[in-house]
Amino acid sequence: MQRIFKILFFFIVLNTYFVSSISAENTSKLLTTDWSFKGPFGKFDRASLQRGYQVYNEVCASCHSLKYVSYRNLSEKGGPEFSVKEAKAIAASFEITDGPNQDGEMFTRPAKLSDKFVMPYSNEEEAKSANGGAYPPDMSVLVKARAGGADYIYSVLLGYVDPPENIKLDDGVYYNKYMYGNKIKMPKQLSDGLVEYSDGTNATEEQMAKDVTSFLMWTAEPHLEQRHKTGFRAIVYLIILTVLVYFSMKKIWSRVETNV
Amino acid sequence: MSDHNYTPSSKFGKWFNDRLPLLTLANHLTDYPTPKNLNYWWTFGGILTFCLITQIITGLVLAMHYIAHADLAFSSVEHIMRDVNYGWLIRYIHANGASMFFLAVYIHIFRSLFYGSYKAPREIIWILGIMIYLLMMAAAFMGYVLPWGQMSFWGATVITNLFSAIPLVGESITTWLWGGYSVDNPTLTRFFTLHYLIPFLILGLVVLHIWALHVPGNNNPVGIDIQKPSKDTVPFHPYIVIKDLFALLLFMIVFAFFVFYSPNILGHADNYIEANPLVTPAHIVPEWYLLPFYAILRSIPDKLLGVVAMLSAIFILAALPWLDTSKVRSAVFRPLYKQFYWILVIDVLILGYVGAMPAEGLYLLIARVATTYYFLHFLLILPILGKIEKTTPLPLSITSPVLGGSADLAMAKNTDIRKEKL
Repeated sequence: MQRIFKILFFFIVLNTYFVSSISAENTSKLLTTDWSFKGPFGKFDRASLQRGYQVYNEVCASCHSLKYVSYRNLSEKGGPEFSVKEAKAIAASFEITDGPNQDGEMFTRPAKLSDKFVMPYSNEEEAKSANGGAYPPDMSVLVKARAGGADYIYSVLLGYVDPPENIKLDDGVYYNKYMYGNKIKMPKQLSDGLVEYSDGTNATEEQMAKDVTSFLMWTAEPHLEQRHKTGFRAIVYLIILTVLVYFSMKKIWSRVETNV
Repeated sequence: MSDHNYTPSSKFGKWFNDRLPLLTLANHLTDYPTPKNLNYWWTFGGILTFCLITQIITGLVLAMHYIAHADLAFSSVEHIMRDVNYGWLIRYIHANGASMFFLAVYIHIFRSLFYGSYKAPREIIWILGIMIYLLMMAAAFMGYVLPWGQMSFWGATVITNLFSAIPLVGESITTWLWGGYSVDNPTLTRFFTLHYLIPFLILGLVVLHIWALHVPGNNNPVGIDIQKPSKDTVPFHPYIVIKDLFALLLFMIVFAFFVFYSPNILGHADNYIEANPLVTPAHIVPEWYLLPFYAILRSIPDKLLGVVAMLSAIFILAALPWLDTSKVRSAVFRPLYKQFYWILVIDVLILGYVGAMPAEGLYLLIARVATTYYFLHFLLILPILGKIEKTTPLPLSITSPVLGGSADLAMAKNTDIRKEKL
């Protein structure tokens, strides 16, 4: 048994070693909040995801696409869990170009549940020209695409401060405490009371940042809840099996005068 | 295997076995005499087989949904993560499986280094192992390119560019590898093809690796040959099977923690950004398991020499059975080698660490010292050590250290338990 502990200890040391050598890129200490989805039992807060969708829709969606997310996802389990009726209504409020029809013409129609989120710009060039040359990144996997994850997105949203005196900013460039290189082409978006939450939650800057970041965490990891749940079951199963196999091993090896 | 006398009991079994001796093979594998003093470091062979099979099975499923095209690869991976049933699970097992595979192979290699398993008569096993390791690195590198994220693209660019260091034909070789004048769609499709092919080559080499192992049999912690098979060994089944299974389950628990609770911690965030040839990431870093070699590559200012050093660092391992001049296998009886062994382990860990850091200032200096030491260990220390080291006395058989000294107690205890049960 002692030898097994030794090996386990070795594993842990090695794991922490390579995890730390990878995440060694340090940024200025990020802001954080009590994310409901952190930890092995973490789940999304439905109300927060629904509010987050509202913030995305009213604030971010004018520039940022969510091209890998479908409207049907909004009503799926483990997400914001809008009712199917609500999700249909959300989809129907967007116009989508479809076609060609029998006459070879493209036409527009209201979006359906099976459609992907409608993109704000038809191509990258249009997006750039509308945003002073900067391309607003697609936000589907944005949380996973930034070291620091949800904390980083949350921090950037709240990280707009006056620049230090020695830094000169060009037109259309803003100073952000947490952005890589501190320069960002997106102006500060959130301000208290910017959106009016239908559930009566007070729309403070922090609240909106938290909600929209949670929403983006969900778009990046739509199966997070299922993953946590399956993981717990799988590991409990493995532990029980390991214990059983351990005793079987002891029994079998008791026939030889060597310890295992 | 040749001295195996086995007759199947059933008539059909005998008829079949006379034509294709599969049953003899199965019988050999279950009866295979294994030293009874193997410790848990020996369980990683079985664990590695599990890793390979897991990678092949999950990889097959992923290949059914993945599209190897520069414009579609990234979104097909997102399709797998979102819309394919349990696609997220299969992809996370495959991605983390690569890391777990390397974790296990490094333990397996360092176990061999400690107990001298590469020495006569096991040189061929060792060289086959190094070939498997090389193919694993190729497969892992190409696999990392397939999602077509930023790190995929730029990692592929950096590594393929290394070939341009070859004098005269370097540029042409690089163009030939790319299938064009930069990393692009043709590069992706050929990487996909090779990524699909290599695991089966590995599988073939694994069969040879095990075959070569079954000729002399396993080395063991005391590193001496089996004297009396009846006393020193146990049959592979059930003794080693159950022990390997127990170790494998512990390994799977660690594996499961990564897959379910931190599936992206071993990857790089930039790989969730779609490849963009116009934007270079701030740091281009390979996966953790390639970092020591990356550090060696970057520690040398000249590109060609850097590539030569990096490749030598791997190929030098193949010469190890002849570089290590000591007749004693196990480090247990080599007081000096034991110390140098641990210095080498630390040296490789340091190389891995500086490989992840920017190649400048103090990091570069450390990388150079560590690289120099790495080569010194194999080229200077090992050959000399074998000549001057005074080894401690070897036991007469692998059972004698068990029967002598403190182990008596354990044996007495075992008999007590058996009496109680009776």
